[in-house]
Amino acid sequence: MQVDLGLALAVLLLLAFVVWRLSALAARIDRLHIRIDLARGALDAQLLRRARAAEALAASGLIDPASAIVLARAASNARHVGSADTVEHGLVESEMSRDLREVFADPEAVEALRELPEGQELVDDLAAACQQVTLARRFLNDGVAAARLLRGGRLVRWFRLAGYAPMPQTFEMDDEAPPTLLSYV
Amino acid sequence: MRIGLVCPYAWDTPGGVAVHIDDLRRALLRLGHEAIVLAPADDEDALPDYVTSAGKPISVSSNGSVAKITFGPGPAARTRRWLKESDLDILHVHEPMSPSLSILSIWAAEGPIVATWHSSVASSRRDINAAAPIMRSATEKVRARIAVSEAARQSLVEYSGGDAVLIPNGVDCSLYVGDEPLPGRSRGGSTLMFLGRIDEPRKGLPVLLDALPAVAAAVPDVHLLVAGPGEVEPVRAGLPPAIAGCVEFLGLVSQEDKARALHSADLYVAPNTGGESFGIILLEAMAAGAPVVASDLDAFERVLDGGRAGAHFRNEDPADLARVLIALLRDPQRRAELQLAGRARAAQFDWARVARQVVAVYESVTPGDEKVVADLSTQFWGRWPVRRVPSPVRGSGDAG
Repeated sequence: MQVDLGLALAVLLLLAFVVWRLSALAARIDRLHIRIDLARGALDAQLLRRARAAEALAASGLIDPASAIVLARAASNARHVGSADTVEHGLVESEMSRDLREVFADPEAVEALRELPEGQELVDDLAAACQQVTLARRFLNDGVAAARLLRGGRLVRWFRLAGYAPMPQTFEMDDEAPPTLLSYV
Repeated sequence: MRIGLVCPYAWDTPGGVAVHIDDLRRALLRLGHEAIVLAPADDEDALPDYVTSAGKPISVSSNGSVAKITFGPGPAARTRRWLKESDLDILHVHEPMSPSLSILSIWAAEGPIVATWHSSVASSRRDINAAAPIMRSATEKVRARIAVSEAARQSLVEYSGGDAVLIPNGVDCSLYVGDEPLPGRSRGGSTLMFLGRIDEPRKGLPVLLDALPAVAAAVPDVHLLVAGPGEVEPVRAGLPPAIAGCVEFLGLVSQEDKARALHSADLYVAPNTGGESFGIILLEAMAAGAPVVASDLDAFERVLDGGRAGAHFRNEDPADLARVLIALLRDPQRRAELQLAGRARAAQFDWARVARQVVAVYESVTPGDEKVVADLSTQFWGRWPVRRVPSPVRGSGDAG
């Protein structure tokens, strides 16, 4: 009897420890998923802000018509792509990044644009948005990498600690800001 | 925004990280934000009112030098109280990968957490693997990572995977404007300057002293100002007679005297032999208008923009240092060019600009109005009641 009681206690303690470990792991996964959701929301908001800033410049009449058309088209594409299909979304945003680099290739032209009334505000807002897109995407993918690492662990898979949450995916796009704009942030 | 900065090292023995945090705090204030500090401290009564003590620090050796950090249940309780009372929008933790107050504060908090990596930790693979699982539960909570240098970024990537945004150290250029020199030592002669611990070989004073006789032979009126803490007498006693008269020890200098000494210097010499991940003093010298001659460490080459903003010599090679110094001391034209290039380079690292980049990081991790709160799940019982979790909040109202 004595021995059995000791054994039962040991088993109970072991069980409590296992449950505690597993719940700690589940809490970490949960926290990472929240972080990723927040980061994805932040990235979407910044991409939208970038598209708006480009649109505002296109509509301002301060830049040449050809550039204005390029910007307006890129911004419109970016605003209307659904964020459900991340690959398609990434391609459209990458195209926008390339268009921005093309339009703002000449540092002197950018400086001249900033000299115009309202030009400075419009350019600086676009520059800030471009910078924020780069930051937001890096922080999102950082969270995704951490979550994927944690969810790849044996305990997490055996005990299905991630529940039915889909495996988080990184967001891939060309987010390089026009170098001419970076000196204004 | 209201920002809580966590410093892992003793506040009252200023080192690079503490100085960085204090500078960042001031720059944030100037941008209209609020910033407070949590740090270990030996003398709690002597702290400024924006610093909260996390307890007395203990000395540990890390990365080859001694640092004073704090750890344990006392600091943990103080950290939780500080978090609860401070109502922070951002928790910005510095040097989070050492077992210190920084990692404690990450464990204790939940919400928008940002961390800055300062040093490049030269640890063995085995140390890294041993610490990784423990540290990982903390790094997962960090929403945005900043590295102050390429070296720090690489060490972070190796340590914990993922990536970081590179935001360099700042220099407060406004402290070095003007040209007021030390009394009677105006620029325009042949004055060299060294700043750093004089008894710390990695700071490289021996290399400079070995180069000096050759320089004195070629440029007889050369004068060397040595500023920084450490025992002077052993160094003075070891000087060859030829140069004993042209070396002046200033001891530990105040901020004002540092600026004056830099304004006196025709060349600033940084003969460091290693262990530097950035080189803030180079930027300070450049901001003060002193052309820089530095060893060719990777970190220094980056600060000097690959040699465009200053001159390099081969690391630990006194003969090469002497050659570069003599050439520059004889060439005022080149010195003037380097002075101009150096000032422009330093302006790129001005704290006002650097702090704006840091604020951009803060903004990218606070899309909603989420606050930093105490993390209950670190306490055993904290996980059982259903956890309150913030719902993902979209940015401005019309963002979706």
